[in-house]
Amino acid sequence: MNRRRVSYFEASARVRVHGLVDENSFVELCPAELRKTSPHLASLDAPLAFDDGVVVGRATLAGSAILIAAQEGRFNGGSVGEVHGAKIRGLLELALLTKPVAVLLLVDSGGVRLQEANAGLIAISEIMRAVLKGQSAGIPVFALIGGSCGAFGGMGIVARLCNEIVMSEQGRLGLSGPEVIETVKGVEEFDSRDRALVWRITGGKIRRTLGEATRLVDDLIPAFRDAATRLLARYVELPPVTLDDLQQAQHRLTERTGRFAEVSDGQQIWQQIFSESAGIAGLTVSDFNRLLGDQP
Amino acid sequence: MNEAEIYQRLFETHLLQCEGMFLSGSAQVNGQTVAVIGTRGHAAIDTTLALKLAEAILQVVRADSTAAPRPIIFIADTQGQALSRHQELLGLNGYFAHVARCVDLARRQGHKLLTVINGEAVSGGFLAYGLLADTICALPDAQVRVMDLRAMSRVTKISHVKLEELAAVSPVFAPGAENFWRMGGIDEIWSAQDNWQERLSKALTQGNQTDERAASGLARGGRLMAAPVASLVSG
Repeated sequence: MNRRRVSYFEASARVRVHGLVDENSFVELCPAELRKTSPHLASLDAPLAFDDGVVVGRATLAGSAILIAAQEGRFNGGSVGEVHGAKIRGLLELALLTKPVAVLLLVDSGGVRLQEANAGLIAISEIMRAVLKGQSAGIPVFALIGGSCGAFGGMGIVARLCNEIVMSEQGRLGLSGPEVIETVKGVEEFDSRDRALVWRITGGKIRRTLGEATRLVDDLIPAFRDAATRLLARYVELPPVTLDDLQQAQHRLTERTGRFAEVSDGQQIWQQIFSESAGIAGLTVSDFNRLLGDQP
Repeated sequence: MNEAEIYQRLFETHLLQCEGMFLSGSAQVNGQTVAVIGTRGHAAIDTTLALKLAEAILQVVRADSTAAPRPIIFIADTQGQALSRHQELLGLNGYFAHVARCVDLARRQGHKLLTVINGEAVSGGFLAYGLLADTICALPDAQVRVMDLRAMSRVTKISHVKLEELAAVSPVFAPGAENFWRMGGIDEIWSAQDNWQERLSKALTQGNQTDERAASGLARGGRLMAAPVASLVSG
């Protein structure tokens, strides 16, 4: 496989994992051979996946020990069911024991799996607590977002709990997906078929502009790898989140709600921030990063 | 039973302020002062309401930084997250993550955290704070679910009738506090006849600071795979 030019968006979860980590370093935990499938999908006669739509394991990244989970967006929209969620939580609990330099979550999910909604919701809450527990034990958690399902629902919350978010322009991050808002509130509120609009609301560029994504990268597996590797260098240690930290975050978010009280399109945010905002949606990733003053 | 009567039944005495859909204040439970923070009126939680929840939690943590940390009672009544393009553009998920970090800070600072579900507990609004408590108790009329079946029908394009049929036979799918209890997501369901002050006081002594929900779900037969699969991964 040519590792240089592989699209992250097009790749499967397994291809992403193998392309991201050091060659031949990945060891899968609870592998597909064990066939831990969803009992709830089975009882509905729905298609099953032997990995329940998520690959988890340990590996090295630029020589450092990491743990990694990758959701498979092509299986039930990367949705979190009982088994799927338990694998991610188990990985985060393993981190408390093995102390990797980071846990990487390759999020590609619409959120809770509706066919097993109750178990999925609790599983996401468990993942949230496990992320927070890992972080307070000094283990950084990164989210990588660039798949077709983005990071929505509870996984959108999980992603924003992470210390870093690496996103491609194609990646999307939010809470309620455009389709959900359109079906409940009407097409005039959110036209989910207006692709450009959807990306100006949820896509990598606007999320990077607001500081949620910490890196915007090209849609290439090596670009994600490079960004994650560079970010690792920031975490010699990770002190626990303090009251002061959260008061500052409270201040920043209050300011955002006030400053952008009237916006309903990412373009309006760009107009407020940049003197030249007309062509931002069309900029290449490197030109966009230059505009933001980001290091490559 | 109206809202005032519910608070009267829950607390010996209370001093609660309501501000729109937001609720905060303090109360006495078995002679002990507790902080009360919550949402009301089936609130759709937006960025403003999320910030109020977070600020209230931070205030309690700040006030008790040199004193014994008071228990925090979360009153959860939410229809879920606010649904709009504006809220998504602001990044509502990030505001919810912020609330979750505040809840986690309170736990780490030694505050006991207990949620009382009054009314509705739905999806994102419930994930942000109520579902993160040490102990979760549901009042008798509590509605707990991920998504309204009608909305789910529109999103999944599966007919409402078919979803209702599925709900009748599938506890993992069907709304209801009982189903969440079986899966370990809720600790207690109180009846209308119960003495709520006694139950609240007792529940406050039993809170668990670690996440035991998968083990509870296994013991109660509602989530048979979550605990063993997680153990398989964590070794």
